[in-house]
Amino acid sequence: MDSISADLGVALPEIALAIGGMALLMLGVFRAKRDDEPSQTAAAQLILYLATALLLAVGVLVALDGASAGAFDCAAGKDGGRACLFVDDTFSRFAKVLILFASAIMLILGVDYMRRHQMMQFEYPVLIVFAALGMCMMVSANDLMSLYMGLELQSLSLYVIAAFRRDSLRSTEAGLKYFVLGALSSGLLLYGASLIYGFTGSTRFDEIATAVVKLLEAKEETAAPIGLLFGLVFLASGLAFKISAAPFHMWTPDVYEGAPAPVTAFFATAPKVAALALFGRTMMGPFQDMAAQWSQVIAALAVASMFLGAFAGIGQTNIKRLMAYSSIGHMGFALVPLAAGTEAGVSAMLVYLVIYLATNVGVFAFILMMTRDGAQSARLADLDGLARTSPGAAAGLALLLFSLAGIPPLWGFMAKFAAFSAAVDAGLAWLAVAAVVSSVISAYYYLNIIRRMYFAEPAANPLQLGGGVLHRATFGVVALAMILAVAPFQPFNGFGAEEAASRAAKSLTEHRATAAPAKPAPTKEAALGAPAAPLGL
Amino acid sequence: MAAQVLPVIAFYLFAGVAIAAGFMVTVARNPVRSVLWLILAFFSAAGLFVLIGAEFVAMLLLIVYVGAVAVLFLFVVMMLDVDFAELRAGMAEYLPLGALIGIILLIEIAFAVGVGFASEGAKAIAVDPAPGGVENTRALGLLLYDDYALLFQLAGLILLVAMIGAIVLTLRTRDGVKKQSVVAQMHRTREESVALVTVKPGEGVGGQTGTTPAE
Repeated sequence: MDSISADLGVALPEIALAIGGMALLMLGVFRAKRDDEPSQTAAAQLILYLATALLLAVGVLVALDGASAGAFDCAAGKDGGRACLFVDDTFSRFAKVLILFASAIMLILGVDYMRRHQMMQFEYPVLIVFAALGMCMMVSANDLMSLYMGLELQSLSLYVIAAFRRDSLRSTEAGLKYFVLGALSSGLLLYGASLIYGFTGSTRFDEIATAVVKLLEAKEETAAPIGLLFGLVFLASGLAFKISAAPFHMWTPDVYEGAPAPVTAFFATAPKVAALALFGRTMMGPFQDMAAQWSQVIAALAVASMFLGAFAGIGQTNIKRLMAYSSIGHMGFALVPLAAGTEAGVSAMLVYLVIYLATNVGVFAFILMMTRDGAQSARLADLDGLARTSPGAAAGLALLLFSLAGIPPLWGFMAKFAAFSAAVDAGLAWLAVAAVVSSVISAYYYLNIIRRMYFAEPAANPLQLGGGVLHRATFGVVALAMILAVAPFQPFNGFGAEEAASRAAKSLTEHRATAAPAKPAPTKEAALGAPAAPLGL
Repeated sequence: MAAQVLPVIAFYLFAGVAIAAGFMVTVARNPVRSVLWLILAFFSAAGLFVLIGAEFVAMLLLIVYVGAVAVLFLFVVMMLDVDFAELRAGMAEYLPLGALIGIILLIEIAFAVGVGFASEGAKAIAVDPAPGGVENTRALGLLLYDDYALLFQLAGLILLVAMIGAIVLTLRTRDGVKKQSVVAQMHRTREESVALVTVKPGEGVGGQTGTTPAE
């Protein structure tokens, strides 16, 4: 029943990315001569622009695409044919659009930095394309195995680009740290996945969901088997590492600080969306009926991240490090609605992600512009008195920071409001209160930057804002968007993010309602998986 | 009768050799011999796999472990000047701890095997390693290239990224490296590469290279 061409059609964006990435790699290998610096830079720049175009084109393709569909190994008579390795629904498409556009923007904004630091190598855009492909696979994963494959493709690309400035000690340290801790988290995730497979008998999300229902019925109480619970917790730990939620955040500040600025900008945006979307799908898909159990785990992660992000950010002097703690905190806020375990919660999480992404794009566009004495600067002290030397930039950054802090009339407030009210609706008022408290604490360091810009004496040689038109345009547009988004009329009013997010959340949860539970699904693995057992593997 | 006895004899032969070889790997004085014993252990394990009907894994073990990994080990052992006597110095000191861990592992294996065989369904799988007469090379092929084609391709991409990463992070172009250029070699002419030199008796060709025979 499944013809391969139908499968390929469903996964067309991913295939386009994969083939495009490999074509760019070939182009780079043949165009750039290793011992000829100018030709290498020229080829790398060409490939970077082509990679950006590829990401944007695929992003548009995803945005235009229509109906939900599953692909790859869907057969074996499951209801609705949705038990596939790969699923293309509104939820995944929503996340993919964010991922692809964020990757493209961060790639093109990095050009100046790359050129200045002799980092212009064609492998960088190629790795970004492969990382984006991995992220797309993650958000489309409907099976523990495709989840892991997507995650590893993304992570491996990220490890390499974290260490991309190989002559810089900090960059290599960042890459190594990320790699070692990432490998550890992969191990946790795999351990959890194997426990889940052992207790449910399948790696397919839909079949796990069916098995979970059966297990819960068999026990005639709400508690799931302890082994399954262990597996779920390990899986959640592995995913929490990827979104850098406390207590799995240790790598984040060092990697953000050590990695080259464009790489940090990339890390703070697209991978976070992918990992959080994957988190949402894993929890709401196969384990929806265990929500009572995982809700506590997510809530604990959220509280730990929010407070760690709020307190640890206070003493920072480096803006990249500060943004690392800020992102830890924001991941905590984004987990708050997920802990609710409702469709509205997922929708609020997606809205939060959109706003987080937009704000971070703006802030990192600014960070990439920061130069002092011709060198990239990331010191907070360099922002002293910025309002006097370049008032426009200071005002824009102030808007973005107010938005990050969640000060009322801005878009960031809308994000937090949606997230916290979803938690309150689900009866997690205490979590919302904790979130508000930590939000107030974290406002300290955002406001502190604004204080520096407006009330501190400028240094002898003030910060120059480098960067081209593109940086300024991105920065300006995003900063303006923070105000315009709250205008209560079309086309502003959140830029339609809420409607899109609620549609996406619906597509994630709707098939659970239609799927007939408690029906043992004989699978191909039952026939073909058997020989694996005597192999002793 | 013989058809039933023969596999049993083969099993005890392979199992005995595997255990003996494994033991010799640890006690052999010469590390090269250790590796050779290891190869024997791999061979016996491959024989055991064939006996339980897992011929694909058996061949994989021979090709990958014997053919590649063990040979690599041999190279490493031969090339590294490791003082194995020194490594063994603390043997008596660590023996109790090692023995304890070994015993714990043994008990765990006993539990796992005991529970595994006791659980329902295990027997059914154990008697029929290849259900439906599908030999396991074919079964693995169907899984890998048909059902899980997507994952297979993704694994390929992951390896590609790993390769790109290794090259990006480690490849350096050095100055002054002498490389062979085949094209340049092929386009050499007699005129630019051969010179006839008249050598005076009692003197070398040094200082005269490049002079033409007309001199």
